[in-house]
Amino acid sequence: MTEPKPFVDIRNAQKSYGALEVLKDISLQVARGEIVAIIGPSGSGKSTLLRAINDLDPLTGGEVWLEDTQINKKLPHRQYEKHINQVRQNIGMVFQHFNLFPHLSVRENVTLAPKLVKRLSEDEAEELAREQLEKVGLIDRIDYYPSRLSGGQKQRVAIARALAMKPKVMLFDEATSALDPELVEEVNLVMKKLAEEHMTMIIVTHEMGFAETVCDRVIFMDKGVVVEEGPPSRIFRNPDNERTQNFLRKHLANANR
Amino acid sequence: MDFDLMLRVYPFFIEAAWITLQLSVLTTLLGLACGTLGAMARLSRLRIFRMIGAVYVSVFRGTPALIQLFILYFGGPQIGIQLDAFTAGVIGLGVNIGAYMTETMRGAIIAIDRGQTEAARTVGLSRFQTMRYVILPQAARLMIRPLGVNINALIKGTALVAAISVVELTYTAQRFIGSTYKPFEMFMISGALYMIIIYATGRGIAWLDRRARIV
Repeated sequence: MTEPKPFVDIRNAQKSYGALEVLKDISLQVARGEIVAIIGPSGSGKSTLLRAINDLDPLTGGEVWLEDTQINKKLPHRQYEKHINQVRQNIGMVFQHFNLFPHLSVRENVTLAPKLVKRLSEDEAEELAREQLEKVGLIDRIDYYPSRLSGGQKQRVAIARALAMKPKVMLFDEATSALDPELVEEVNLVMKKLAEEHMTMIIVTHEMGFAETVCDRVIFMDKGVVVEEGPPSRIFRNPDNERTQNFLRKHLANANR
Repeated sequence: MDFDLMLRVYPFFIEAAWITLQLSVLTTLLGLACGTLGAMARLSRLRIFRMIGAVYVSVFRGTPALIQLFILYFGGPQIGIQLDAFTAGVIGLGVNIGAYMTETMRGAIIAIDRGQTEAARTVGLSRFQTMRYVILPQAARLMIRPLGVNINALIKGTALVAAISVVELTYTAQRFIGSTYKPFEMFMISGALYMIIIYATGRGIAWLDRRARIV
């Protein structure tokens, strides 16, 4: 069997703020349908790497590809805007702080981009919204405004909003870190459902349990480099690298406190 | 207090209040237009527009409105701009308050969390769509109260155009003082009428603000 062509391909990613190097020459390939967790201490560059994939935090060096398209192309402003708006439709993103649009209802949050960007009719957008809200289990909240939802519900709406664009890959930037512990599970369940549907997902997380049960591969990052990567069973049970061992030990100690 | 005199002259003050009201409304509209353009310039991606916006704000906030009015009304004819006093008053005050409104609007826009822009851009909205459908609807709500403060200042600022002989509340008071020698009564009438206009405007702003909040 030949190695399948990577779906998301990060080549020699570098990012620095002045003298501070946040990403030091990182390469990472993700296959179609693969679920990858990125873990590591805060400041390790994992969020920066994730946000480089859809060019929210542009790299200072290296390339990011989705299938046959280079995402971070250097183009004149107008062309770049057109290009990036096109590319981003294929990349869903879920943020730590949900970032729902507070002035819009749940329905409008989900239908805004399909209507504006994909030019769907009101009816088509409505159907799409219902489908996605059904999936995240919030169809009964379709007329609510975000202020009336719990954190877990907000995050599920945010996932529905991203899914409504029919993305090819989903990025999760600490999607459950801002949630009360009892609300984490409902979001995890939705993410597991996506995993079962073979959505390609790249997940920055602090939840080792979730990473272990759901992900195909775990990347451990520290100080802007990938220290170690492998299947979750090995990374969590039997990591090679001392930094990984230390991180996991500290993390478990905190989690059990 | 000479109530008889006040009763005799008050119809002239009502007429003057009407002029003050017209000045206030037109100045507000021009100010909002200048403020919108100014805020857009200040937040532009292009340096040249940002600079134009910054210069506009610092010039018009950095000099007395009275001087600006004098330059326009008295200095204007020297460079071929001939305006009647009322028009000069509206333009002078409107462009002046527009500089304050520029900063009010800019402040409201940049107060919207960056995450909103990021979320909008990641689902594929363009810069313009993000501004139009995500940022401005939220910023507009934040602007109502502070723009109300600008409008409050502007209404009181219309008194300045008495200096270029627009027959509004302040000018009318001064004119009657010339013939009656009763400054206390005359300024009391003017002041009361200003207060009525400002109070009513304040209630209107508060109403708008409440309505915008109901989501």
